[in-house]
Amino acid sequence: MAEIKQISLFVENRPGRTANVAKTLSDAGVNIRALTIAEAGDFGVIRMVVDNPEKGYDVLKENAFTVSMTDVLAVEMKDTPGGLYEIVNTLGESGVNVDYAYAFVTAKAEKAMLILRVDDIAKARDVLSKKGVKMATREEIQAI
Amino acid sequence: MSGYWDPHIERMPLKDLHALQEDRLKSIVRYVYDHSAFYRQRFKDAGVEPGDIKSLADVTKLPFTRKVDLRDTYPTGMFSAPKSQVVRYHVSSGTTGKPTVVGYTRGDIETWSESLARALTSIGLGRDDTIQVAYGYGLFTGGLGLHYGAERIGAAVLPIGTGSTERQIELMQDLGTTAIACTPSYFLHIMEVAEKMGVSIQEDTNLKAGIFGAEPWSIETRKRIEEGTGINAYDIYGTSEISGPLCTECMQQKGIHIWGDIFLTEVIDPKTGEPVDDGERGELVFTTLHKFALPLIRYRIGDLSVMTNEVCECGRTHPRILRIMGRTDDMLIIRGINVFPSQVESVLMKIPEVGDHWEIIVDRKGVLDMMTVKVELTEKGFSDKIGDLMRLKKKVSKELKGVLNIAAEVDLVEPGTIPRSMGKAKRVTDNRKV
Repeated sequence: MAEIKQISLFVENRPGRTANVAKTLSDAGVNIRALTIAEAGDFGVIRMVVDNPEKGYDVLKENAFTVSMTDVLAVEMKDTPGGLYEIVNTLGESGVNVDYAYAFVTAKAEKAMLILRVDDIAKARDVLSKKGVKMATREEIQAI
Repeated sequence: MSGYWDPHIERMPLKDLHALQEDRLKSIVRYVYDHSAFYRQRFKDAGVEPGDIKSLADVTKLPFTRKVDLRDTYPTGMFSAPKSQVVRYHVSSGTTGKPTVVGYTRGDIETWSESLARALTSIGLGRDDTIQVAYGYGLFTGGLGLHYGAERIGAAVLPIGTGSTERQIELMQDLGTTAIACTPSYFLHIMEVAEKMGVSIQEDTNLKAGIFGAEPWSIETRKRIEEGTGINAYDIYGTSEISGPLCTECMQQKGIHIWGDIFLTEVIDPKTGEPVDDGERGELVFTTLHKFALPLIRYRIGDLSVMTNEVCECGRTHPRILRIMGRTDDMLIIRGINVFPSQVESVLMKIPEVGDHWEIIVDRKGVLDMMTVKVELTEKGFSDKIGDLMRLKKKVSKELKGVLNIAAEVDLVEPGTIPRSMGKAKRVTDNRKV
């Protein structure tokens, strides 16, 4: 399976809320691989990829956060000009819509990792594989 | 179907009930005139004497009384009975002004208990039931009122009062509580805590009925409670001035039976003071026909409702009032438009993405009133796509506007962040007052 689990959280835009999230995960020994905050005025949504999503989800839920798990793709992207274009163009031509995306570069890898949430994950995986694009598995994310 | 506590009174033919009301009206008017300097003066000012009251219709000749009269005569200036006959006081919290003191003779307590005994029987409760009274005990009328009513029907009372929510749930399980009495907002909190404790009220308790009141609540909240727990949620009505909680719906859930032998109920246009037609909305006016420490004559309680004199399917002949839509004291005037918090509640409770707890905040920016409605996002309502959340905000705002006719800002907040109340919920913060 090439899709991975992303944790999403609803947070009010108040000082210290993001710190609470970070502390909760840190206390549980959950490591954040990538994170993005989408804000919309008085609230925001934190999305993140962590090394152990089930544990991350559980501790956040226990601490009364509004949290959900979403299937996303972690797509390996050439860290060169045109790397992103190749991926989104493939998806666009296949009629797959990208809901949101964020990228991170790992220390070891010479490739950048693009986290993608799309409206049709099976199709996205399919068309990207055919193009020879590599997608990270859960184990690979864990091992980063 | 449940039986009756006092079938003779509860099913009394209307003609006989009216005759009884007429007799009692004449006596109480004479009684207050003879025993209370306050009423004597009031009647003189209005140019009316007890002898002028010859029929029920003559009640309109009598002057109104209001909460302000109780405040002005604080503490006991409106009492008709001498202190030697008073056996209990209750005192209102005075959140909206000076507190008010009410008093009871032994007979008044008896009438109050009988009234509730009829009401509790009408929702199917009896000696085999265990009733958890989670209203505040003490100066508030809710706790002791329900307590006496529940004991009267021979039920086992668990006088737990408000608070210690986890303990409420444990004892509910251990003692097999079948009915609970508290504010609807507190019950919503109990539901929330039960869920956290992993207790299903439906599966793990014997609870079958809730008696909810002391604050207005909507049909939509009733639906949430009933669907969430499998119990029947009944509305109870009464304020400290008329004794306390006294009357409930019956199992038909089609309005609260206001016992005609102890109240004469009128519904008036709050602006003109004139009676409205049967079935039309107006302000409730009560005359207590069988209360002696502090009888009230044409007391304008400030609650808005609709009354019907149609005989209920349950066979009880006494008039019914429909759900209280708000108290005139609670009404907000925002940009010149009347807004009742209960309207906001009924809109919100229809939207599944929104939680059970909410808050209204009113501010003034420059010369413009701004209303913000804070709602908690439910797990169901959470999408990690910002667009979905913005659409939800818009949807709530649009539904509010549809009912209230004014625009409201909607704030989505995290679950559990709006303060929970054990008693009457404080839903409104009005920052406009200087």
